[in-house]
Amino acid sequence: MPEALAGGAPTLPEAGAWSLLRPKWQMARNRTRHHQRGDVRRVVVVSAVAMGFWSVAFLLALRLLRYFRGAEDIGDLLAAKLLAMILLSFGSILLLSNTIAALSNFFLSRDLDQLAAAPVRSGALYRARLAETALHSSWMVALLLVPLIGAYGVAYRGGADFVLFAIAVLVPFLLIPAALGSGVTLLLVNVFPARRTRDLLSVIAAMAIAGLVLLFRAARPEQLARPEGFANFMQFVAALDTPSSPWLPSEWVSEAIVKYLRGKAAWPPLLRLWGVAATLIAIGHVLYARGWRRAYSMAQEGATKRGTARTQRPWLDRALSFLGPLRRELVLKELRVFARDSTQWSQLVLLAVLLVVYVANVRYLPLNGSGVTVLLRNLIPFLNLALAGFVLASIAARFVFPSVSLEGRALWLLRSSPLPVRELLWAKFWVGAIPLLLLALLLVGATNLMLKVQPFVHTVSLVSITALVFPLTALALSYGTFHPQYDSENAAQIPTSFGGLLFMITAIGLIAAVAFLSGRPASRWVVAEHFGRESDPVEMVLPFAVGLVVCASCTVIPLVLARRKLERLERA
Amino acid sequence: MIEITSLSKRFGDFTAVRQLDLVVPAGELFGFLGPNGAGKTTTMRMIAGILQPTAGRIRIAGHDLLADPLRAKRALGFIPDRPFIYEKLTGIEFLRFSAGLYGEAGADVDRRGHELLALFDLEPWRDELVESYSHGMRQKLIIASAFVHRPAVIVVDEPMVGLDPKSSKILKDLFREYTRRGHTVMMSTHTLEIAEGMCDRIGIMQRGELVACGTMDDLRDSSGTDDALEDIFLRLTGDRVARELVEVLDA
Repeated sequence: MPEALAGGAPTLPEAGAWSLLRPKWQMARNRTRHHQRGDVRRVVVVSAVAMGFWSVAFLLALRLLRYFRGAEDIGDLLAAKLLAMILLSFGSILLLSNTIAALSNFFLSRDLDQLAAAPVRSGALYRARLAETALHSSWMVALLLVPLIGAYGVAYRGGADFVLFAIAVLVPFLLIPAALGSGVTLLLVNVFPARRTRDLLSVIAAMAIAGLVLLFRAARPEQLARPEGFANFMQFVAALDTPSSPWLPSEWVSEAIVKYLRGKAAWPPLLRLWGVAATLIAIGHVLYARGWRRAYSMAQEGATKRGTARTQRPWLDRALSFLGPLRRELVLKELRVFARDSTQWSQLVLLAVLLVVYVANVRYLPLNGSGVTVLLRNLIPFLNLALAGFVLASIAARFVFPSVSLEGRALWLLRSSPLPVRELLWAKFWVGAIPLLLLALLLVGATNLMLKVQPFVHTVSLVSITALVFPLTALALSYGTFHPQYDSENAAQIPTSFGGLLFMITAIGLIAAVAFLSGRPASRWVVAEHFGRESDPVEMVLPFAVGLVVCASCTVIPLVLARRKLERLERA
Repeated sequence: MIEITSLSKRFGDFTAVRQLDLVVPAGELFGFLGPNGAGKTTTMRMIAGILQPTAGRIRIAGHDLLADPLRAKRALGFIPDRPFIYEKLTGIEFLRFSAGLYGEAGADVDRRGHELLALFDLEPWRDELVESYSHGMRQKLIIASAFVHRPAVIVVDEPMVGLDPKSSKILKDLFREYTRRGHTVMMSTHTLEIAEGMCDRIGIMQRGELVACGTMDDLRDSSGTDDALEDIFLRLTGDRVARELVEVLDA
């Protein structure tokens, strides 16, 4: 028998926060060490896309800032205001994402049982999980801030010191929402069971972000660039120079960065940021040290009955009876799983508001003034087609791409039954394609009506978006089958994988091709009509035919490949 | 030693564990039986400090779990029924992490880790990621992790699930040797032959209450038969199962 049985060791040093973080670090290291086929390709593609995005964002921000700098008196104020507005948006998103991430990290993670059963102090657990929460919630915002802050540094010639200063300012800016969000989560878990809390938070988060977008839209920030809207110039400058709220950390960051770049004393806002961050973390430390164990125990008690009877729809069963028992059950399963998982549909609230904002923006396009030609008015629908296609691709990435992965541990049931794989794919394809099609027709139809386009252009754009829906659904399903994440518990994270990125790149290529193939002949027709000329029938028909063949191929081939892949699947 | 006094746990209106009193002394291997939903796992999760009792006290190796949780947990090794292991850690990394949770590190932990891995035939796999382990290998790794910090008390929920015959035999020998050295094991299982063959005493739970507790002889006396544990268990927990089975098959 091993010496492990030799008996207890009563006085041992305690596990610190680093002991709890070490496995995460080791796992990250192991992931990089254990290369798998395609890893290099993955890194190259992701790096190229990230660098491309950074470059474009950096150049756009730099150009805007140089334009601002050209405006005497108000240029710096405009730059500060812009930064404060962007940071306010990021700060709000950070607060919400930290609150949701804290719920998983502090109360729902599967490794917490082991930690709860071990002699780990709640304070050490708080520090470790706070670091994880901040990291999980902030990495994307931090990456988005790099080109923006970089552009400020370059535009104002901040020098190498500015990089260190920016890091010193942004670290507390990222820590404050993490500490606040963790505190809010602890309070919520003490009131609601954790699983209910997550559902509740998902809805609150979606609505809050949607509200923020609407608020931003209603504020019409572009008005700041039009001083003629104000009574006099001094009033405009005063509006720019007044912070939206002196209590917001986003204002302190903006103030610190702009003051530093203008060579003024930037330490008061910097101290304020660090002071507030340290105070909030200290308060969180005390709260978690006293209340985490009780709250974690409560979080285990949240698995109550969910009133599933309310989501059973006998009329839907009857309405789908024409599909036969197998297809009907598959479709019903897809619909029920979706409807009962509020983390899935709560994101639709956000999506709906974004679409309203999108349509409203089309309405506000200045297309009635002088200099707007018939051609321009009739070309916008095809730009709109590309944008609508991108929206549909994003929705397909979020809801269709993960659908095979979400079968995860239930695949044994599906694969061990006499269910033909094509039936499973059939159900997933149509459950994804039909809502997408309805949305596409609504989106393009409504915007075309607002733009008052000609009937021919209206018809072409509707046919084009219809033709796009099917390949987008098929591609999402197929890429999701070839790049599955069967062990993922969070559907929202699945599209952020490498497979999701490949799908989006392919989808963008397809959308561009279809928009070009339908837009080019349509524009020629509009020009010919306008000048009373005849259109060349070959030039008209050929691009449409090619577009339809491309769409049909991009529908059938991915589905066949996905079927073969699933038929070959061997999963332990 | 585990001392449980008037332990209760309620989930809303449902009482999972009701006024449980139980002492498992040092040097004893205690078997915890009961039908599904009887409250065994809830009790074990309260002993492990994962769930907080609605009422009652738990003492582990003399330390009160509620008043002094860190000391009580230091004396405990818990093996849950559905354990989680970090998929991207290697076997030895997981053992080091588990020991680290109890404040142990260094060459001593590595040596004990290697011994335990070798005991369960996992030594060749020690530097492989856990994601490549079979179900049984994961179970063995979890068991090894419960021993790596040399606890005085082991609480284990369904330890034999997924183990091959050789590993089951090793685990039985390990538990026996461990209790012979004066430590305590509390084990829940649905395999009645294992409980009958291994355990010094057996407790049977039914609807959150301990309906019987004692040695096999005590249980036979209390049920008034000389039957095997299976018959005693069915008699204590309701023998309608066989009759219902026939009715279902005839239906």
